[in-house]
Amino acid sequence: MATRTDRRAPKRGLAGLGELLFGPSFRHGVHPPEAKGLTEALPIRRMPFPEEIVLPLRQHTGAPSRVIASVDDRVERGDVLGVADGYVSVPVHASASGVIKDIGWWPHPSGTMDTAVRIQVDRFAPQLTRPRIVPEWRGLTPDQVRKAVQNAGVVGLGGAAFPTHVKLNPPKETAIEVLLINGAECEPYLTSDHRVMVEYPERVHFGIRVMMQCLGVDRAVIGVENNKPDAIARLRETIPEDLDIEVIGLTVKYPQGAEKMLIKAVTGREVPSGKLPMHVGAVVQNVGSIAAIAEVFETGYPLIERIVTVTGPGVRKPQNLIVPVGTKTRDVLDFCGGLTPDATEVIFGGPMMGVPQPDLDVPVMKGTSGIVVLTEKESARPQALACISCARCLAACPMFLNPSRLGQMAQLGLFERMAEEYHLEDCMLCGSCSYVCPSNIPLAQMFALGKAGLRRAQQRAREEQAEKERLEKEAAARDQAEREAAQEPARKEREVA
Amino acid sequence: MGPILSSAAVLGGVGLTFGVLIALATKTMKVWEDPRIDDVEGMLPGSNCGACGEAGCRAFAESVIMGQATPAQCTVMGEADREDVADYLGVDAGAADKRVARLLCAGGSDVALQRADYYGIESCFAAVTVGGGGKACGWGCVGLGDCAVACDFEAIVMNEVGLPVVLPAECTACGDCVDACPLDLFTILPMDAHLIVQCRNLLEGDAAEDVCAVACTACGRCAVDAPAGLIEMQEGLAVVDYSKIELENKDAIARCPTGAIAWVEGSQFREPKVAGSV
Repeated sequence: MATRTDRRAPKRGLAGLGELLFGPSFRHGVHPPEAKGLTEALPIRRMPFPEEIVLPLRQHTGAPSRVIASVDDRVERGDVLGVADGYVSVPVHASASGVIKDIGWWPHPSGTMDTAVRIQVDRFAPQLTRPRIVPEWRGLTPDQVRKAVQNAGVVGLGGAAFPTHVKLNPPKETAIEVLLINGAECEPYLTSDHRVMVEYPERVHFGIRVMMQCLGVDRAVIGVENNKPDAIARLRETIPEDLDIEVIGLTVKYPQGAEKMLIKAVTGREVPSGKLPMHVGAVVQNVGSIAAIAEVFETGYPLIERIVTVTGPGVRKPQNLIVPVGTKTRDVLDFCGGLTPDATEVIFGGPMMGVPQPDLDVPVMKGTSGIVVLTEKESARPQALACISCARCLAACPMFLNPSRLGQMAQLGLFERMAEEYHLEDCMLCGSCSYVCPSNIPLAQMFALGKAGLRRAQQRAREEQAEKERLEKEAAARDQAEREAAQEPARKEREVA
Repeated sequence: MGPILSSAAVLGGVGLTFGVLIALATKTMKVWEDPRIDDVEGMLPGSNCGACGEAGCRAFAESVIMGQATPAQCTVMGEADREDVADYLGVDAGAADKRVARLLCAGGSDVALQRADYYGIESCFAAVTVGGGGKACGWGCVGLGDCAVACDFEAIVMNEVGLPVVLPAECTACGDCVDACPLDLFTILPMDAHLIVQCRNLLEGDAAEDVCAVACTACGRCAVDAPAGLIEMQEGLAVVDYSKIELENKDAIARCPTGAIAWVEGSQFREPKVAGSV
């Protein structure tokens, strides 16, 4: 049957030659230095429990968890501290046994202050999770799988931290044909997904098995950049015989690991503007998330620890670490031998899309894939100059936007026009434009600003609307009261009569 | 007749016909407009700032003529101009209720802990979007001057410690800075409200003082010392109830350990030595 489910036809011409030599890919993009050599060969180690754990209630995209624990409670590792507050939300679990010291404001990796639960870790606790029920995946309906995934607090571990169970619930009318596993890890420096694929390929395959059953798809593709031949080999060796899993080596190019780019590279389909991967029949999961899902169905553990690449020239002992979620950056860096004297910048995530941290007290969250420490040399910021209209950013943008024009408009604060005429919403802030700009214009930051400006404008409009409605309601209530007051004497007179 | 002449005649005829129609229409459909509106609008500053609550200077002129507003409600005009408008219309100028923008943060770079340096677009909004700026206090003034840029009257200058100084003489209370501040630190207060809690930090006690020497530690002394009901403690902050501001006196600031609550007369902060150092 020649339907869309067929494997992609190979490209022709020059693109075909490129695909033959370097593997499938998308158009545009950049190639920053990979810098993965610091940690790519280091096995994953477990970090000892710190003295204090700080668990923010906002660790995922969507509504923050609603706290149910209280101060001075004794909690065991894996206990629920906050429950999901709505559908696009997941619970937060204690990542170590101890006593809750405080529930209050704490620096959050987003740069603001946010509510967090602080646990004084019990030094003598065995740190075993309480006996819990391991869900038997075979008999579970898709709904039960989603519920188990949500209850375990699993979110996308690639960085955006979008609740995984939502992604596993495509609407009925969209037919999902393929499950894509994102093992591209295109950000420079980061190697946590790489190590997962090399060390736990069976776990990845088990996670895929559960997901395929949940989604009802019979085909899965793992996309891995060609700079990780050991990961590709290990994954291929361990493919279970009864599953249709394909491991594809992709061109080493940034942002190969972006959802839409990966879909383009693997299936040849383009996700239309404003649409989701499910609209082209694909669900994309990060390798780390898949491993976390596998762990839920293997051991019953919720997502309470994750693999973090601590790396960069500013760290004395770069490592791939299993870190309890909520460990303070300070403690992680101390365990890695501390910072070198010339360290200047600590980034959560990779250097392209990561968030620089103004405070070392911020905790590692579920979405923290790496802690990259840069020195003066890498983080030097030459002054931004005027745009010379060289159009290199246009050639780099994987979404085929016009970053140059968008940047000019951002400077003028024309956020609405940016969205309406220049598709600001399609920008995923990958930073390819900033990377290639010879004038050092901080384009990606401008677009982040534009998106925030749009959100602010929408928020204000909503508030104004609510205020207007409130005033109208009050006026109506006043009129009503006046009318009643006017009728009152007449009614009294009637009663007297 | 040649085609040139006929086309000229047809076009000329059409033009003439519509010209006559328009001339008639201006006569018969004329809407009478109070000539005073133009005159009053001419006397107004013409900045269309919206501080009066009207859509612009012309709309304000109309409401003054209709008696719905007093000339004094225009905060941009000087005293003499107000009197001119009042004299022209033969109305009372009304009481001038001078209002001014106040910043709810006094954490300049000399007193607030700086935990990181921010490099990037020189705008508070941009800094807040990508990492919250460099101050350890998550609620405090970022100090990159979005408000000074937004101000149409050059009433805001940034001083040496990175705080915006609002010049009361220039400020028209139009509210542009209130909209511009990404951390909502500006508020419009009457000039004769002197008690201001210059802090929005929701932390309490030492935690607040650790990040800023002039933070409100929520000790509650001001609330106890002030006349009953004027100051209330809410969520780690002292909050002044400005509807009871006539009760205010300097007792409230006497025992404040950090100086977070201040008695403000004139501008809040020290003006920079070189004006407009943004």
